[in-house]
Amino acid sequence: MNFDFSDEQKQMRDEARKFLAEKCPPKAVREVLDGKAPYDKALWKGLAEMGFLGVAIPEKFGGAGAGHLELCVIAEEMGRANAPVPFSSTVYLAAEALLLAGSDAQKQKWLPKIASGEAIGTLALFEGKGNPSPKAIKLQASGGTLNGVKKPVPDGAIADFAVVAARTGSTGRDADISLFLVDLKAGGVEVKELTNVDPTRGQAELTFKNAKAEPLGAAGDGWSILTQMLDRAAVLLAFEQVGGSDRALEMGRDYALDRIAFGRPIGSFQAVKHILADMYVSATLARSNCYYGAWALSTNASELPEAAAAARISATQAFQHCSKNNIQVHGGMGFTWEFDCHMYYRRANTTALMLGSLSYWEDQLIDRMRKKNAA
Amino acid sequence: MNFDDTPQEAAFRAEAKAWITANAPKQYEEELRKSSLGRTVLKGANILEVAKAWQKKKADAGWACLHWPKEYGGRGSSPIERVIWQQEEGPFGKLSGMFIIGHGMCGPTMMAFAGEEQKRKYLPPLASGEKVWCQLFSEPAGGSDVAGLRTRAEKKGDDWIINGQKIWTSGAHYSDYGILLTRTDPTVPKHKGLTMFFLDMKSRGVEVRPIKQASGQSDFNEVYFTDVKIPDSQRLGAVNDGWNVSLTTLMNERMSIGAGVSTGFPELFDFCNSLMLEDGPAIEDRSVRSRLANYAVKASGLRYTSMRAISALSKGERPGPENSIGKLVAGSMVQEVAMYALDLQGAAGVLSGPEDAEVAGKFQAMLLRAPGTRVEGGTDEIMRNIIAERVLGLPGDIRVDKDVPFNKIPTKGRA
Repeated sequence: MNFDFSDEQKQMRDEARKFLAEKCPPKAVREVLDGKAPYDKALWKGLAEMGFLGVAIPEKFGGAGAGHLELCVIAEEMGRANAPVPFSSTVYLAAEALLLAGSDAQKQKWLPKIASGEAIGTLALFEGKGNPSPKAIKLQASGGTLNGVKKPVPDGAIADFAVVAARTGSTGRDADISLFLVDLKAGGVEVKELTNVDPTRGQAELTFKNAKAEPLGAAGDGWSILTQMLDRAAVLLAFEQVGGSDRALEMGRDYALDRIAFGRPIGSFQAVKHILADMYVSATLARSNCYYGAWALSTNASELPEAAAAARISATQAFQHCSKNNIQVHGGMGFTWEFDCHMYYRRANTTALMLGSLSYWEDQLIDRMRKKNAA
Repeated sequence: MNFDDTPQEAAFRAEAKAWITANAPKQYEEELRKSSLGRTVLKGANILEVAKAWQKKKADAGWACLHWPKEYGGRGSSPIERVIWQQEEGPFGKLSGMFIIGHGMCGPTMMAFAGEEQKRKYLPPLASGEKVWCQLFSEPAGGSDVAGLRTRAEKKGDDWIINGQKIWTSGAHYSDYGILLTRTDPTVPKHKGLTMFFLDMKSRGVEVRPIKQASGQSDFNEVYFTDVKIPDSQRLGAVNDGWNVSLTTLMNERMSIGAGVSTGFPELFDFCNSLMLEDGPAIEDRSVRSRLANYAVKASGLRYTSMRAISALSKGERPGPENSIGKLVAGSMVQEVAMYALDLQGAAGVLSGPEDAEVAGKFQAMLLRAPGTRVEGGTDEIMRNIIAERVLGLPGDIRVDKDVPFNKIPTKGRA
């Protein structure tokens, strides 16, 4: 058994960590947080040059042709650095959708642009509150055009194209849903930026008015593709969450070692030690669940749906747990704008909702476990 | 990243599997598989006898104490082979409970500190289960603070005379031998005046009194020593160096990974699949699903954490203190799971008789046994300290008695 990343993959992790430490220090994250830029363009360009944007894209479509284990490794580092770039929407959602269901021409058109950093992509799925469900999709597709409203759309204001989930039938079944590719710069789409809890990951409302769209995958296959997309993105995003958890834990530990109160480092008080130990426990359980998700993702195993849900839940809990307790360990300093704790707290709580809420994934997990049990 | 055995591992697994299939006491397989924390009962059989017979059979065929050297009754296996054996032994491994302390802690301590002749005399019957050993460390005044113990050993000629009391001694009532940590010098700081021995539990002056636990069972004992004589030849390590000897024992305790900790989750999941609530099957209730999912990811997180540790073993690396996680998480989880399973039964959850209670009272038994798992072998708090100090590098607790002679340490909190 070798339930671990290979030496080459670990080397890639070190490389990504070094690169991000240099190009994406907290100061750079703050530029976006403070609203000085919608995302870090220089970092985006650098990530493309390093080959990180196309790490799981085949070489014939302009990528590095590595694989999903390598992408997991990069994802962890993106989360650790809290990178203010549209990585998750472009790479985990848009690129994965193209890889899963795109025609050769569609892949040829968009994947090289993703890998080179020229195109930002996203998934337009949600229409207001609620979790992923075919019933919640009202946006209409007919005659090659789309009409309706999507929100929130992650990175919607800066995206060049979107994978859009639309209604093409009225049978009341999953087969009513189809996916489309929309060039957001081609007209027919109104974009409104929305204020959100984490400004380093923008959210938008997209209004489609007879917007031209081309089918992605077969008509009526939309929900099935979406389910697969969400599972794949769940594993990748879970790695980001684990990276963020680890960083929050490190910040808390470092502060506990440096900060003196009552004549000794606060990290010598058992109450503080135990908070940090529990953070370590949740981050470690999440990491182990993520590794299983990575294995399932990279081998396309039949266990992927269950593994993805477990990784997603575990990593969501860990990131929320670690980021909130990092603030607690920091005391009053922890919730000042000046300290970096809140950036991770924001990210933890917005990432938690990005692919549907925690309770949605809990429900999915139990469904999938039951199916496996019954089989 | 893969779950495949190496060719050597696969060969070992095949050999182990074939032997187990041919030799395990299969008539008990179903009962053992279903048994959960706090409840291993074999109908119409004495579990101690079944356990001893299985152990002897393993020893005769060279499958006992895999990690021990051959000359002392083991197999000289690598750590990964030991894990593979445990995986293949499956529910029959539950029969080894009474040997864990002897094989995991007493044996390795004897190996490190006993004389060669003693090792050859005492270790093979320990490996084969013919003799059972216990560990006499904890005392009323020294649980987590092991070095706070008060049992005295005084030198008299070639012998030592022991007086005092131990507590929480697992299996003392059926043990043949024990390793014993005593105080030999109360005038120096507490860690510096301890000495380790091994003794025959049938020695004159040893009295074992079973402790009735909250669960109603008696797995632990108090052991009283009144002028018990131990020859100096049964001393392990130097006089007053007992603390270092005990560290070897405790380190071995934490090295025994891969044994698979019980979380109670599979039992709860099965229960929720079959339980009918007023509005339908429990598993279809939204709040039940949420609770189940939370336990599911903890259980799978532990499972894959242990697989990562096994992978490290497979590569020849040694697992570290991070493995304290298993006991910490599983201990409180099994307690919560039991409480939740009772909650789902409503008022009837209080019933524990096998006829009246759901699933024959499995969760009620688990509830009453669970508090112990959070204490034995190191409390939750000690586990968190280990993680904080040895994994995260935080400062150790301040120990105000560290440099104080033992006989000057206060013995009462409130005068």
